[in-house]
Amino acid sequence: MTALIAPLTSLMQARFGPSAEVADMTRLSGGASQETWGFSLPVHGQAPRALILRRAPFQSAAKGEAIGLVKEAKIIAAAAQTGTPVPEIIHVCRPDDDLGDAFIMAHVDGQTIARKILRDADYSRARPRLAFQCGEALAKIHAVAAESLPADLPVSHGLDQLDRYEAIYRGFEMDRPVFELALAWLRQNAPAPLPTTLVHGDFRNGNLMVNGEGLAAVLDWELAHQGDPREDLGWICVNSWRFGVRENRVGGFGPLEDLLAGYQSAGGHSFEPKDLTWFQALGSFKWGIMCLIMYQAFATKADPSIERAMIGRRASEAEIDLLNLIEGRPYA
Amino acid sequence: MHEAPSSEELLGSVIGFLNHVAAPQLTGQAAFHARVAANALALVEREIAQRPAADARAQALYADLLQDQTSLLEALTKQVCVHIRSGELSCDNPALLAALREITSAQLAIDQPNYSGLMP
Repeated sequence: MTALIAPLTSLMQARFGPSAEVADMTRLSGGASQETWGFSLPVHGQAPRALILRRAPFQSAAKGEAIGLVKEAKIIAAAAQTGTPVPEIIHVCRPDDDLGDAFIMAHVDGQTIARKILRDADYSRARPRLAFQCGEALAKIHAVAAESLPADLPVSHGLDQLDRYEAIYRGFEMDRPVFELALAWLRQNAPAPLPTTLVHGDFRNGNLMVNGEGLAAVLDWELAHQGDPREDLGWICVNSWRFGVRENRVGGFGPLEDLLAGYQSAGGHSFEPKDLTWFQALGSFKWGIMCLIMYQAFATKADPSIERAMIGRRASEAEIDLLNLIEGRPYA
Repeated sequence: MHEAPSSEELLGSVIGFLNHVAAPQLTGQAAFHARVAANALALVEREIAQRPAADARAQALYADLLQDQTSLLEALTKQVCVHIRSGELSCDNPALLAALREITSAQLAIDQPNYSGLMP
């Protein structure tokens, strides 16, 4: 942390004047590939500004499908232009800022922990609005013009992802009949791809900042890509993100009808329900394989924590969800 | 052979220690990981109690599905995967769906018995 304070202070002084001092620097989250820090900036004669530094640790390579922080900041700024609720980007770091691959954004007040959003009285006004607001936000994300995105943003449609996750699963040489059946079902029922849009790629509880009035900001854009807009709508319906409130298909907080009504009210298209179900099933399949990937990180000692190991045992939750979807069960 | 205390009693005692003694005295990530550790041991406890019957049932279901009463569970599971991949077993086969649902439900009863997807 101390290595960050000096370059961050000089950057903030260049931006906000010589009296700017970095205070209350706190690690909010982070793993091997990136860290999020909160800090406050008391500026002479004004209320302190609450800011967030998102950065990759020095000498780390971008991991997996993460696009890197400079691109992430560009996409957040582009999404802000279409009215998507996102944190304001304050500064995208250059090499001579000495902070590595990083950007600084405004702090947004609110809550990301699903169990609190779905159960606490503080969010009782927010809950019935959230599915509609998520629909509006997704329509705005999907309306971002291709020209305002980084030129080399990856393109990945539904079947590209099925291919990639199938290859990962095959590489593990595990025999899991439900995943085999899901692969067969997904291949048989794949909808024709829609014209390519910006896709958030991880639009779910945990990455949605919610306050007492509803959706405050869409966070964590590191899996953004170009692809099929239905991917984002299917992903927020995956039962794993409903945290036990499975009768509310959208994130445990609302019905699909509200999500679609919000989406169309903000200029989005209408979709076939069965195609959204396909993307939801693709999402459950991907989540199941992600659980196995996290277990592999434990098994290969890349991350020896008990938590990593235990996530491996969540693959079976994806399996029951896939069976419920394939059989067309209620609340699937 | 002596089993006083039994494996179950020892596991229960360590789970109790982690949840009620260790976790409350720890903070931050360490407290979180103490609770995850207790959850991991509770899973092991369920696995010891339920795995033998679950495996026997899975073997019987796959043996009927494949008309193969001689192979063991590991080989049967591999064969079910091969048959699904080749299309010989497919999504419109009620016996396959029923077997996979029962086997997956038994696995979840060990992994995550309160998972919402298990509810009828």
